Amino acid sequence: MALTGLFLITFLIVHLSGNLQLLADDGGKSFNIYAKFMTTNPFIKTTSYLLYTTFIVHIIWAIMLSVKNRSSRPVGYAVNPGNVSSSWSSRNMGILGTVILIFLVIHMKNFWYEMHWGGIPTATYEGEVYNDLYSVVDFAFGNILYVLLYTVSMLALMFHLYHGFKSAFQTLGLNHPKYTPMIKTVGYAIAIIIPALFACIPIIMYLK
Amino acid sequence: MKIKLKVWRQKNAQDKGGFKTYDLDDVSEDMSFLEMFDVLNEDLVKKNEDPVHFDHDCREGICGMCSLYINGRPHGPKQTTTCQLHMRSFKDGDTITVEPWRAKAFPVVKDLVVNRTSFDKIIQSGGYVSVNTGGVPDANEIPIPKKIADEAFDSATCIGCGACVAACKNASAMLFVSAKVSQLAMLPQGQVERKTRAENMVATMDEEGFGACTNTGACSAECPKGISLENIARLNREFLSAKASSDNV
Repeated sequence: MALTGLFLITFLIVHLSGNLQLLADDGGKSFNIYAKFMTTNPFIKTTSYLLYTTFIVHIIWAIMLSVKNRSSRPVGYAVNPGNVSSSWSSRNMGILGTVILIFLVIHMKNFWYEMHWGGIPTATYEGEVYNDLYSVVDFAFGNILYVLLYTVSMLALMFHLYHGFKSAFQTLGLNHPKYTPMIKTVGYAIAIIIPALFACIPIIMYLK
Repeated sequence: MKIKLKVWRQKNAQDKGGFKTYDLDDVSEDMSFLEMFDVLNEDLVKKNEDPVHFDHDCREGICGMCSLYINGRPHGPKQTTTCQLHMRSFKDGDTITVEPWRAKAFPVVKDLVVNRTSFDKIIQSGGYVSVNTGGVPDANEIPIPKKIADEAFDSATCIGCGACVAACKNASAMLFVSAKVSQLAMLPQGQVERKTRAENMVATMDEEGFGACTNTGACSAECPKGISLENIARLNREFLSAKASSDNV
């Protein structure tokens, strides 16, 4: 979970930096050029297969872990302590992950599938033809339901990362008085900044 | 003070069990939690009823025998063992729910008594060191830095009560195993079996049906001896390096 999780965080950073081009005020030109680069560059393509595998391993491992951990306590307690000894997000990683997975399926259908196999409009910049993914995104984010779905999912991602980042280092055996406070701070920053910026995109595009 | 006790009663391992409520009208604030149970049991015996069975031994907070999941927390609201928990930690008129440790690896024997043999099996699989037979070695023959000795001692304060398992939402025994692996891994005497210890103790932990660690930190927060999460990180390191370099295929 730790290694795959950390790799997925690096993906989030790359994905976010690309997506922020959606907010560039150029009718989607820079975003469309970027989208073409991401789907045609051989290095990116190879990495994307690694990424799909990582997602699948992360999900399957999570399911196996949840099954094992649930079966370790066949009879539950009548009284539960709530947040006294552990954080809410740390106890609900599975539920948060499921919300993110549902979001991911819808998200992939909307953009990834459309980009690869759907009928997508084209745009021409300087004599070269590009898939106009920007218009697809722009259309989707005109729908308030999508905007809400994206915002709620990013909230789930926020709590998932809040526990996930620091937890990954603990699993890998890195717990040290010098580094752990730093890891925690970076983790909290990542947990807030990444989902917040992601959520900004649909909200701003909706309001435009 | 008046207390309403909601206690888990279960005749034997096969019985389904359920809660039974008892009203205690004259509880002293200075009683320990276990003494309060003694008073209840005397009363039950007088009435010819089966007393509530619970584990206890030294009653000094050092043996790790007492358990009890009190109001949703192992050993109750204070970070101590149940025998060192006093009734002054509760308010007059409180309802207190008392349950046994819940884990597949800790089956209920009767009422609040659970079988913690699985911990012994984990220790048997690696929680020991090889020593030379013969005369007693000199006390300071092997130099150990104070800091290391202190850290190893902190890990060694684990009394094996099982509160970590009881508190963990996954019923994981990682804090216990990590403390037991750490106390030996840090000292020169523990180097002989260092790799096999980490491997074998983790394997036994899995075999016994404990869950896996998801780093919620509830174990350490509820540990009466304050065993830190650094131990779990250390166990992860020990385990990874053992898996990478031990002779076992």
